[in-house]
Amino acid sequence: MKFKWWHGALTLALFLAILSPLASSSPDGLERVAEDKGFIETALDAPYEIIPDYVMPGVVSEAVATILAGIVGALILFGIGYGLARLLKAKGEA
Amino acid sequence: MHIPDGFVSTPVAAVGCVVAAGCIAYAVKATNKKMGERQIPLMGVLAAFIFAAQMLNFPIAGGTSGHLIGATLAAILLGPWAGVLIMTCVLGVQCLVFQDGGLFALGANIFNMGIVASFIGYYVYRGGASLFGGRRPGKLVGGGLAAWSSVLIASIACAFELGVSGTVPLGVALPAMVGVHALIGIGEGLITAAVLGLVLATRADLLELQKA
Repeated sequence: MKFKWWHGALTLALFLAILSPLASSSPDGLERVAEDKGFIETALDAPYEIIPDYVMPGVVSEAVATILAGIVGALILFGIGYGLARLLKAKGEA
Repeated sequence: MHIPDGFVSTPVAAVGCVVAAGCIAYAVKATNKKMGERQIPLMGVLAAFIFAAQMLNFPIAGGTSGHLIGATLAAILLGPWAGVLIMTCVLGVQCLVFQDGGLFALGANIFNMGIVASFIGYYVYRGGASLFGGRRPGKLVGGGLAAWSSVLIASIACAFELGVSGTVPLGVALPAMVGVHALIGIGEGLITAAVLGLVLATRADLLELQKA
């Protein structure tokens, strides 16, 4: 298969997933406001969990679990985005 | 800025879901049969890139972090309606698979980070880029400014939802959300401009696709 531009772009996305353990674990903007203004306690837990907090369950190393979650998520989204775009494809285009 | 369940009241969550569903239906109609051959992998790659980039929280002042939203980038490259669809995919998977953002708050999250952010980002970019006569610096500066604006306006929408829900008074939520997201938006602006620069340097034609 010939190397196409989007192979490079997808590789870049997967590379970012590998960097994910380096991300800041500080609360994000909304969480910070919720903590400061005293309504963080009103948050409800999700009714079920698959890969909560971007950490693959059952993996001992948290860094590896985070990378796996990132790669799985990026591949799922590539598939969904690509598939959706195909469904929306212009008539008559190959 | 992913709202968990509990932060927004049932009526606000319900209105968010109805508005989001209506916009998604229109976005499908607006983009249907318009995707060109080169846009198919672009849409997949953008969804994957935005998901991965959203995992990379960067620190800002005061023990707080922020991460890319990505709606402006998607809207610039594929148009605002396709941007809505890409952000819906990203936010939907984050909610359903990764438990980031509440199940009932998904509509509100799609409204803020998908719909509001895509359209603000797209039109600020168009305005900014045209001021520079469509030249490269204008595209980069316009893209950065658009990305910053999109985060700021999305945070205002989020503050209103919290205020109307009665979770926190609007007078408290609004300045707090705007203050912290004015800083996070700088990160969004820099990342968006950097990616646009990369696209312009390697596949400038991708930026012209959605004008055709």
